[in-house]
Amino acid sequence: MTPGTTMAACAALLKRDFALTWRRRGDAMNPLLFAVMVVALFPFALGPDAQMLERISAGTVFVAVLLAELLSLDGLFRSDLEDGSLEQLVLSPHPLSLLLACKVIAHWVTTALPLIVAAPLLAMLLHLPDGVLPVLLVALALATPLLSLIGAICVALTVALRRSGMLLTLLVLPLIVPVLIFGAGACNAAQVGLPYSAPLLWLAAWLALAIVLAPLAAAAALKISLT
Amino acid sequence: MHPFVLWFHKLGSPPYFHRLAGRFLPWLYALALLAGAMGLYGGLVIAPADYQQGDAFRMIYVHVPCAYMSLFAYALMAANSFVALVWRIKLSETLAMASAPIGAAFTFIALVTGSLWGKPMWGTWWTWDARLTSELVLLFLYLGVIGLHHAIEDARQAARAAAFLALIGIVNLPIVHYSVLWWNTLHQGQTLATAKISPSMAWPLLSMIFATQVYFFASLLARARATLLALEAGKDWVRQIALTQKVDAHG
Repeated sequence: MTPGTTMAACAALLKRDFALTWRRRGDAMNPLLFAVMVVALFPFALGPDAQMLERISAGTVFVAVLLAELLSLDGLFRSDLEDGSLEQLVLSPHPLSLLLACKVIAHWVTTALPLIVAAPLLAMLLHLPDGVLPVLLVALALATPLLSLIGAICVALTVALRRSGMLLTLLVLPLIVPVLIFGAGACNAAQVGLPYSAPLLWLAAWLALAIVLAPLAAAAALKISLT
Repeated sequence: MHPFVLWFHKLGSPPYFHRLAGRFLPWLYALALLAGAMGLYGGLVIAPADYQQGDAFRMIYVHVPCAYMSLFAYALMAANSFVALVWRIKLSETLAMASAPIGAAFTFIALVTGSLWGKPMWGTWWTWDARLTSELVLLFLYLGVIGLHHAIEDARQAARAAAFLALIGIVNLPIVHYSVLWWNTLHQGQTLATAKISPSMAWPLLSMIFATQVYFFASLLARARATLLALEAGKDWVRQIALTQKVDAHG
C-alpha cells in the first residue's frame, strides 16, 4: 500500500491498536471476566431454580455483555489522549471520522468479539434453550457494534475529563436502551416461539445508519472537546 | 439590513438580551400566575368529576402540562443547541443549557404525578409501559446533558459539548410522543388533540398548558440572564449593572 494515503493510515492505525492490545492481553480479558462474574452473580442472588434462570437468561446475558463493553469504552481514547497521539489524529490530513471508525473497529474486535464468542458459555450457565442461542448471537452481533459506535460519540465528548467513568455511563445508557429492548426482545420472542425477525431487522437498520453517521458525529464531538 | 434581521442580530448580544429579558420577565410571571390560577380553579373546582375516575382525574391539570413541557423544553434545547453548534452564538448556548434543568424538573414532575395517579387507577405506582419508559429515558437524557455541562470546566466548551449530546438525544422525542400510538400501551392515547374530552374539562387544561408554557419562558429568561452575567463577568456592561445595583442597595 502506498504510504501517505488514507487507506494506509487506516491500516496503520488498525495494526497499531491491535498490537497495543496484544501486548497487554491480560487487560483485554477484563471485560470478559466482568461479564462472566455478572452472569454468575444472578444464580447466587435468585437461587439455582433452572426454570426461572431459563426465563431470564437471554436478557441477563445481553445486559452483562453490554455492561462489560460499556466499561471498556472509557479506555477507547484514554491512552491516545495521554500520549498525545489523539491530537495527532485530529491534526492529520486524513478524514478524522474514518480514523475514528478504525479505532471503533479495533475496539469492537478486541472487546466485543471475545464477549460474543463467550456468550454461548454464559447462556449455558443460565440454561438458555439451544434454539434461542443463534438468535441471541445474531442480536449481540448487531447490538455490540451499535454500542461501540454510539459509545464512541459519548467517549469523544467526555475524553478530556479526568473522571469520566460514571458520567459516560449516564450518557450512553439512555441512548442504548432501544438497542437493549429490541435485542433482548428478539431473544424473548424466540424463546416463546413468536416471530423474531422484525426486531433484528430494526437493529440491522440502526446499525447501517450508525456505521455511516456515528463516526462523523464522533469526529465532531472530539473536535469540540479538544479545542 | 432588514429591520427584523437587524433586531435578530441585536438580540444575540448579551447586554441587549439582558435588558430586554429583564423588561419581559415580570409580565411573563404575572401572566403565568394568572393563567395558572384560572386553570387550577377551573380544573379543581368548576370542572365536574369524571364518571369513571372520580376526582382523581384532576391530576391531569398538572400532569399533562408538565409532560408536554418536558418535550417542548427538549425540543427548544435541541434547536438552540443546533444554532449554538452551527453559528456559535453565545446566547443560544446559554438558552440551551438553561432549558435543561427546567425540562428535567418538568419531566420529573410528570413522572411523579403520573405515578401518584397510577396507584389508584392502575393499582401500581409504576409499570414498564412504552410511554412511561420513554419518559424516564428522557429524564436520563436531561440528566446526562446537565451532568456533562457541569463536568467540563470551561463554560463555553461545556455548553458546546452538552449541546452536541442534546442533539444526539433528540431521537427519543418522537418515541415519547408517538409511543401511545405505536404500541398498545396501558397509558391512554391522545384525548385533547382528538377532542375526546368534554369542553368543561378541556378549557382549564388548556389554561394550565398556557400557564406552564409562559412560566417556562419566564424561568428560561431568568436563568439565561443569570448565566449571561456570570459568563460576561468582567465586561463593562456587567460592571455597570453591578455598580447601579450596589447604589440601589445602599439607598
